[in-house]
Amino acid sequence: MHQHTGNWPGKTVSNASGICEYLNKKFLFIDIPGTYSLQSNSEEEEIAREYLTSGNSNVTLVIVDATCLERNLNLVFQIMEITNNVIVCVNLLDEAKKKGITINLEKLSNLLGVPVVGTVARKKKTLNNLISTVYKMCIGKVKSKPIKIENNEDDETKILKIVKKSEEICKEVCTYNNSEYNIKDRKIDKILTSKKFGIPIMIAFLGIIFWLTIIGANYPSQVLFDFFNFLKPKLIDILTFINCPENLCNMLVLGVYQTLTWIISVMLPPMAIFFPLFTFLEDLGYLPRIAFNMDGIFKKCSCSGKQMITMCMGFGCNAAGCVGCRIINSPRERLIAILTNSFVPCNGRFPFLISIATIFIAGSISGFKGSIISTITVIFVIIFGILMTLLVSKILSKTILKGLPSSFVLELPPYRKPQIGKILIRSIFDRTLFVLGRAICVAAPAGLVIWLLANIGIHDTSLLTIIANFFDPFAKLMGLDGYILTAFILGLPANEIVLPIILMCYLKNTSLISIEDTNAIGNILIQNGWTIITAINVMIFTVLHFPCTTTLLTIKKETGSLKWTLFSFLLPTLCGIFICILTNLTYNIFI
Amino acid sequence: MNKKSHTLNNLPINHCGFIKEITCENNIKRRLLDLGLIRGTKICPILVSPFKDPRAFLFRGSIIAIRSEDAKKIEVYCNDFNENT
Repeated sequence: MHQHTGNWPGKTVSNASGICEYLNKKFLFIDIPGTYSLQSNSEEEEIAREYLTSGNSNVTLVIVDATCLERNLNLVFQIMEITNNVIVCVNLLDEAKKKGITINLEKLSNLLGVPVVGTVARKKKTLNNLISTVYKMCIGKVKSKPIKIENNEDDETKILKIVKKSEEICKEVCTYNNSEYNIKDRKIDKILTSKKFGIPIMIAFLGIIFWLTIIGANYPSQVLFDFFNFLKPKLIDILTFINCPENLCNMLVLGVYQTLTWIISVMLPPMAIFFPLFTFLEDLGYLPRIAFNMDGIFKKCSCSGKQMITMCMGFGCNAAGCVGCRIINSPRERLIAILTNSFVPCNGRFPFLISIATIFIAGSISGFKGSIISTITVIFVIIFGILMTLLVSKILSKTILKGLPSSFVLELPPYRKPQIGKILIRSIFDRTLFVLGRAICVAAPAGLVIWLLANIGIHDTSLLTIIANFFDPFAKLMGLDGYILTAFILGLPANEIVLPIILMCYLKNTSLISIEDTNAIGNILIQNGWTIITAINVMIFTVLHFPCTTTLLTIKKETGSLKWTLFSFLLPTLCGIFICILTNLTYNIFI
Repeated sequence: MNKKSHTLNNLPINHCGFIKEITCENNIKRRLLDLGLIRGTKICPILVSPFKDPRAFLFRGSIIAIRSEDAKKIEVYCNDFNENT
């Protein structure tokens, strides 16, 4: 089981499973969304509840946090009402020890009537005991007779009884040696959420992450480019050797292979840097603090601060962000969060934004200074995206999605020291390769289509040019040109291929090109009439345009409605068109 | 020491109180109950977000952020304090 768990409520929003072997028996573990209770009302908790009541499992393992046992016992009691086969696993014993909390596990087991196992999940050794207990319960060696809370009354009295019982039990089994254990956390929190520093620190964190991504990704990108270019002639040789027709050979190498390798070289390095850094913040427990800091603004837009968490997830991948919206309780606010999620640029769009920022804003300034300027530009673009999110959320909740803001009850978990090794492995395997795999799946056919469009034509004019000319007048109005708009449309399956398509069009080259340094890209763009205002409009449109196909499919799944999916397509696009026209006109009038 | 009743949103930072009554709407009330917030629970505001609202409260060992509209509907007993500070 290698599920990644973040240090914030709402990391897991759907069931995940893993298989484990013990004494030659296979165990299937299902990880269900974490929850405080079985009677709450958000989507994730519904999923958890459904699974538990379905009776599909032999044993239910309830993992509780040793540092706040009391609250977690509520859930244990609720689960014991549904099923008898419960094992309580008290995790994070090491942290409890640090905080001076000792728990008498044996006594706890007696009081609850179910087996209790203590673990420190970071230490593999301690997990053996757990799995053997699970095994023994499966074969019936260990029996449990959970105590039940007598209850003939309504829900509320029941929960009151449960809370009181938990309090009683806790008093008996826990001893606190050091009541001032979390003073350090408090001090950190004071700074991270203070009026003066809260927001600047948040932006600084973001800035550091992007800056590291920008400077760190350059070199490996270069190496990958060179490597793939080195392979290209070899590939052509092989294809010629097996008597592959020239047309097919070109189609495969210049169409599919080029697009694929471009995407890998452009996307892989920044993702491999960005995701681990972001996961680090996540594991630290910083995300709920962001939500806490920002809730005041979101409330003014009749939305929940939790939307900020989903936006942060959107930086990685908008599709993931939309799924993450399950943490928002109110259906109205959840829908708003889903619809506006693509207003924050995802990882597929960052390399593009970074390139444009490096070429046009940082310009000839290179090295350290240049990277700082690009970072600041990208941060501005992101803040613009966030402001748009807020504005659109506000308009939506004042018009078609009216309603009062619901509650915002969010836990701020204690800070935890992230495990660096685990972060690297998990973020690279679960996220980077996942997103990359997805991009490759759409890029291969897309490469084929683009190659065909560029090579099939009427009277020497390729289809691509015909389409671009058709869009040109409208695109000019937006401060772009026909090719740019065409590239965005062709980039629907994956935003990463927008820049390569633009370059390909300009060079009248019939295949995607790979140009190593950004200066060369810049020269091509400038030769084709790009100015600073083109660059600004392109960046605006990059943030504000239709979400990619994967995200659209996810939205369809999450909202269950074609109407809202269509709306999520139109909403950012129309915003983008409108703002681009506006900036273009303003620019032309005043300058 | 005279114990007075206040609403939670008026409780100053680091000034502890004990829950008297929760009159929030059902969903929120339910959630707060699940978190273990019942009559008599000791609660203490410890953090204010940069925009003044929400605030974060410490109870039963965990920190929970609650908006002021909801905090207004939670009554607490506490030692007297000067409302102007």
